[in-house]
Amino acid sequence: MIQGIAFYVFSAILLASGVMVISARNPVHSVLYLILAFFQAAGLCVLLGAEFIAMILIIVYVGAVAVLFLFVVMMLDINFKEFRQGTMRYLPIGGIVGLILLVELAAVLGGWVVSPAALQVAGAPTPDYGAVTNTEALGQLMYTHYVYLFQACGLVLLIAMIGAIVLTLRQREGVRRQDVGTQLARRREEVVAIRKVSSGGGL
Amino acid sequence: MEIGLGHYLTVSGILFTLGVLGIFLNRKNVIVILMSIEMILLAVNLNLVSFSVFLNDLVGQVFAMIILTVAAAEAAIGLAILVVYFRNRGSIRVEDINLMKG
Repeated sequence: MIQGIAFYVFSAILLASGVMVISARNPVHSVLYLILAFFQAAGLCVLLGAEFIAMILIIVYVGAVAVLFLFVVMMLDINFKEFRQGTMRYLPIGGIVGLILLVELAAVLGGWVVSPAALQVAGAPTPDYGAVTNTEALGQLMYTHYVYLFQACGLVLLIAMIGAIVLTLRQREGVRRQDVGTQLARRREEVVAIRKVSSGGGL
Repeated sequence: MEIGLGHYLTVSGILFTLGVLGIFLNRKNVIVILMSIEMILLAVNLNLVSFSVFLNDLVGQVFAMIILTVAAAEAAIGLAILVVYFRNRGSIRVEDINLMKG
């Protein structure tokens, strides 16, 4: 009962905030609704019993991705008013494509029946959550059978980080920078000269 | 009121469709298109997790984490490209992105 109520509340807010993400006039509001949607999805994951994925959703999506979006939206000086013009032009075709997609998904997933034999051949059967927690079971799977995949994930993130830095790093022209090497290489004889100045004469 | 696999699949199906619709509706705004892609990936993740739970197979949650990684990398690279593009052109209108005349 409680589970049903929680499911309907989470999914209603999730879908409502999804609608607001694509229809909000201000992209900052879009990002904030996206954060709300991520939180509701995390709630659904908790309801499913996948706590680790839920917490990772909050940490990665809300803590990193959404904040990145927020930074970019706020830092770029863009006139968002003109973006809204002509939105309605694409509504019919977008609606048709979305409807077709939804009908196809319903047709495929609506008739979904899990064969009892399929339950017997699980790649990694879920252990009894009384004995180990979800996080522990996931870790035991990830660091053994899927360790290469895990390493590949690390590589993907490393490449993404290097790519983002290389793309956005720029050397500005005409900026005076401190050059420690030159500073240390200076000798007293090269830069200081002692002159005799006659009084009233000047140099 | 038993919540089964079908309920979760319905929610993620609708969320996926909303993401696709968002790409069509916001044809001019790259940032909202990227957000729509994030929403599509979220729907896929929800699908994987619910299948994983209802089929008693933990591998689905491992896949969900892989997708999460890719989504984070994609957002970082996409936004970096966006920032560089804005720096060069002073605009992020989708119609203006035709430098390579593709």
